[in-house]
Amino acid sequence: MDGALFTSMLFATVVAGTPLVIVALGLLVSERAGVLNLGAEGMMAMGAVAAFAATHASGSPWLGVLAGMGAGLAVALVFAFLALTLQANQVAAGLAVAIFGVGLSAFVGKPFESVALPAVPPIRIPFIADIPLIGEALYNQQALVYFSWALFWAVLWFLARSRAGLVLRAVGEAPAAAHAIGHPVIRIRYLAVLFGGAMAGIGGAFLSVFYTPMWAEGLVAGRGWIALALVVFATWRPLRVLVGAYLFGGVMITQLFIQGSGLQLDFPAQFLSSLPYWATIVVLVIISRNPNTIRLNSPASLGKPYRPDA
Amino acid sequence: MLRLEARAEPSYLMRWCSPLLAAALTLLAGLAIFWLLDKDPLEGLRYFLVHPVKDLYGVSELLLKATPLMLCAIGLAVGFRANVWNIGAEGQFMLGTVGASGVALYFAESDSALILPAMLAAGAAAGALWAAIPALLRTRFNANEILVSLMLVYVAQLFVSWLVFGPWRDPMGFGFPQTAMFHDAALLPVVLEGTRLHLGFPFGLAVLAAGYVFMNRSYPGFRMRVAGEAADAARYAGFSTRRTVWIGLLAGGAAAGVAGMMEVAGPMGQLTDKVGLGYGFAAIIVAFVGRLHAFGILLASLLMALLFIGGEQAQQYMNLPGSISLVFQGLLLFFLLGSDVFIHHRLRVGRAAA
Repeated sequence: MDGALFTSMLFATVVAGTPLVIVALGLLVSERAGVLNLGAEGMMAMGAVAAFAATHASGSPWLGVLAGMGAGLAVALVFAFLALTLQANQVAAGLAVAIFGVGLSAFVGKPFESVALPAVPPIRIPFIADIPLIGEALYNQQALVYFSWALFWAVLWFLARSRAGLVLRAVGEAPAAAHAIGHPVIRIRYLAVLFGGAMAGIGGAFLSVFYTPMWAEGLVAGRGWIALALVVFATWRPLRVLVGAYLFGGVMITQLFIQGSGLQLDFPAQFLSSLPYWATIVVLVIISRNPNTIRLNSPASLGKPYRPDA
Repeated sequence: MLRLEARAEPSYLMRWCSPLLAAALTLLAGLAIFWLLDKDPLEGLRYFLVHPVKDLYGVSELLLKATPLMLCAIGLAVGFRANVWNIGAEGQFMLGTVGASGVALYFAESDSALILPAMLAAGAAAGALWAAIPALLRTRFNANEILVSLMLVYVAQLFVSWLVFGPWRDPMGFGFPQTAMFHDAALLPVVLEGTRLHLGFPFGLAVLAAGYVFMNRSYPGFRMRVAGEAADAARYAGFSTRRTVWIGLLAGGAAAGVAGMMEVAGPMGQLTDKVGLGYGFAAIIVAFVGRLHAFGILLASLLMALLFIGGEQAQQYMNLPGSISLVFQGLLLFFLLGSDVFIHHRLRVGRAAA
């Protein structure tokens, strides 16, 4: 492989992995608080369409990101109300969010399907972008790529080092105990879910405003679900989320490069396109194979409703 | 001040009233949406509720749409009752269309009466095979069936796309991604003269009845329910978790596969890349709204079919995107989950007694 190809593949891998990093880190925080939100796909779709519409109307991709974040927050609020206030089954509530978000985004996004946005120029970090091979790939990137790295450090620090992060983890592991020593379990879970929603919205915004940049029904293409799988794959640890997201980005990009390279292959393009989905299944199997891995690492109250008054 | 008070016993009445409340709230939300879109809400109501069922043909179309929904939903309900979350019915449905189409295309010369039963068996087997993947990975490797079954939806879509763009493409089809039209022996007979309503509808009713017997009147069905409602009790009684997962997923897969067969051997008459119509996802809502009960699923599938057809009508006559029906479907599930709070709680006026 020559250097230029390596650089461009690394660049594309980072870009493809970035929405997964952002969304999966958000989901990780809400799962560490004990809430399983299966609605990531819907929150991403809503974030994507809101960001596209706002960017189209205002001309500013940053307002777009803000709108995407707002849309993700709004959808997450509905989920939180159902799952936390009304104590609905988290699986069902998450599916409702996924179906509703994908449907509503297709509905409101219809007028934008034939519209294109100008590409947002990358931000070049002086000096380190000149490093051979990796400089151009890592340090001449979209702003949200840098954001995803900052987010990674922030989540890592928050969960491992901050007092608030300790409380959040306590709420996820033993909500009754956290409640008994005076922590507002439901409020903390609300905040965690809303954070997850905001990140899913930003992830969606990255897809529609920076990555493609366009809007089409089905743009998210299962990335919300892949992000959910990534959190399991990462055994709820931020560093592994980062590694896993880029692995997936790599799988997606490799199949695109093979398809785009004009290589005459004996197997069909659809097979290559299905690789990221197979890869998701394979990593789930690998990580879940040992039941103790999941049992020891998953937040103890994940998916279980908690009633402070009961 | 209004507040929620926990009931001592879950309300049986509310369990069945909650879907009605949810439907009423969805209706109100629908009126509000039309109003927000500057459309006449009453006109919207007419296209969603009245127009689809204004004559016999309309009713037959409603029943036609309800058929795949009730089939997929009853299969899913078997698993959902046992907390086996198969959400990949959409993919299993597509595999069902592939299995059935394979038989129809392979025996294109034959006009044997066995073609349809063979297509049915192939559709059910293909759907069950697709669902066997998450079942195997869950029982053998503990992999989460929600994510695996969902990933396989995308794979199934690509698989169908490969077939109709590649080996199964109709050579006379002007390059469209579709197979040849099936011959008469591979099409389900119409049961109501002058409509498209085919044998699949009575068959679907029979499957619902079978689902009722299995879930409410059989020992294996009882074991599944115990596994869902009291997992520890099920373990203590020695009910096999593996078997629960396998039955739950295979029932869902086979039923969705049958639904797929009915779609290609019914209204479609061929396999195309547009075969993923959303029935498999909508069936999740049908199963919940129908309270995972055969009779409830029948009613819920009719309601959901109405939403599907209403969406088509709104697209055709009101110049709205057809995805509006997805919005209503999502709202219906939201409102259902919200209304369900009254099963375990009642609304009280006044402050809580200290």
